[in-house]
Amino acid sequence: MTDALLTNFEAPAKISVRGLKKSFGRNRVLDGIDIDCASGESLVIIGGSGTGKSVLVKCILGLLQPDAGTIRIDGAETVGLRRAARERLLQKVGMLFQGGALFDSLRVWENVAFGLIQGRGMERRAAKEIALAKLAAVGLGPEVGELRPAELSGGMQKRVALARAIAAEPDVIFFDEPTTGLDPIMADVINDLIAKCVRELGATAVSITHDMVSARKIADRIAMLHKGRIVWQGPVVEIDRSGNPFVDQFINGRAEGPIQMEVRAA
Amino acid sequence: MLIFLASIGAVFLGFLAATGRLAVFACRALATACSPPFYLHATLRQMLDIGYFSLPVVGLTAIFTGMVLALQSYTGFSRFAAEGAVATVVVLSVTRELGPVIAGLMVAGRVGAAMAAEIGTMRVTDQIDALTTLSADPLRYLVLPRLVAGLVTLPILVLVADIIGVFGGYLIGVYKLGFNPEAYLVRTHQYLETTDVVSGLVKAAVFGFIVALMGCYHGYHSRGGAEGVGQATTYAVVSASILILVFNYVITAAFFGR
Repeated sequence: MTDALLTNFEAPAKISVRGLKKSFGRNRVLDGIDIDCASGESLVIIGGSGTGKSVLVKCILGLLQPDAGTIRIDGAETVGLRRAARERLLQKVGMLFQGGALFDSLRVWENVAFGLIQGRGMERRAAKEIALAKLAAVGLGPEVGELRPAELSGGMQKRVALARAIAAEPDVIFFDEPTTGLDPIMADVINDLIAKCVRELGATAVSITHDMVSARKIADRIAMLHKGRIVWQGPVVEIDRSGNPFVDQFINGRAEGPIQMEVRAA
Repeated sequence: MLIFLASIGAVFLGFLAATGRLAVFACRALATACSPPFYLHATLRQMLDIGYFSLPVVGLTAIFTGMVLALQSYTGFSRFAAEGAVATVVVLSVTRELGPVIAGLMVAGRVGAAMAAEIGTMRVTDQIDALTTLSADPLRYLVLPRLVAGLVTLPILVLVADIIGVFGGYLIGVYKLGFNPEAYLVRTHQYLETTDVVSGLVKAAVFGFIVALMGCYHGYHSRGGAEGVGQATTYAVVSASILILVFNYVITAAFFGR
């Protein structure tokens, strides 16, 4: 079934996931994920809370070790990579975490330049110039660079996190719930920035969200995750006529349908 | 009966597993010291935090410990006319035992808790994952500088605490108990051997490593938001304190055991 769901993108798969499984104790979070993301494509994975979206991204990044399955980036297997090889791979990757995950003890520009200085050994002065340029790209002035993350609003923190994610001009960028906790206007600003940054870098983007406005704005293709499996995927323009009851219930925000929300712990 | 034995076995196996995890964590962190990059600035900052900023609390504790020790020794020894041993008892007790143990416990409460809280907060807010995605090894960037700083700084702190503790005993001995200042200093120096000080400094290095290791380990493995960070902080202080007392015996037995 899942093979039939795979898209026929002509570009070679930048990221290819096959049979990915991950459990925590008895709780099977990912139950055989098969998905591809073509080079330069913006893939958005939607799904309710607790369906395994973040776990999927963490497995791809190597932050979690999958129980089974393969993950290939640029055709190379990434599951079981040793630390040094993983670090080299991650130099091609940017990540925007849900809460920003900015380092409290560092100034904003140091946060943005962190990967350049620590990951690539760039000289601080040169890294600061790049950091300030990236901050400008997300609409933040140089004065913000001298502040601490705690002095910023939620929207500004997301922008700084975006600047950090694109600072090293990665090939692949992951966005984890990029608009969660933001007001609709700031969410739209972030969506525009994500679309602009990804377009300008020519990067491959994988986003996870349950915000359909965000998904429609930044996606080329959408995949829906439910109970650890991809239940539908297709171009963003087809999502309203997917004919999939899971997708229909989710995008219309209906309580009734095949997706049953667990209102109390099992 | 079988259930009872099984539960004891489960606790024992759990203890072994936890010890193994801790040992692997420490070895992995120390192994990062074998290759660059080295975060010297982060290490110096941790040394400043463990050493310089702990000095007031350790100094205060040391001086009052020395004062109490002199007073207690005097009142106890006067029962069998051995008041003259007060200075010797103070200096040996402070350098061998009280200096390193009290400094270790104080640093466990002040620095170990702060390490667990800081690293734990970084864990639950994805900052440690962010370090990994930015190609910075969290063990190398967060843990190793703290382990090195604990190992190197606590002996220096204990050396200062020893001097302050002995000075506290001197103050009480001379100004309250009426000892001759010169005689007190001579008695202080007379029976003090290099081994007494060295054993205290070795203890300090081990305690510093334990405090940093427990703070980092529990912070690094914290889960579940603010509650998890709070638990990590408690575990870090309690486990470091217990290990300090255990290793205090082990090192004492190694140096002075017959």
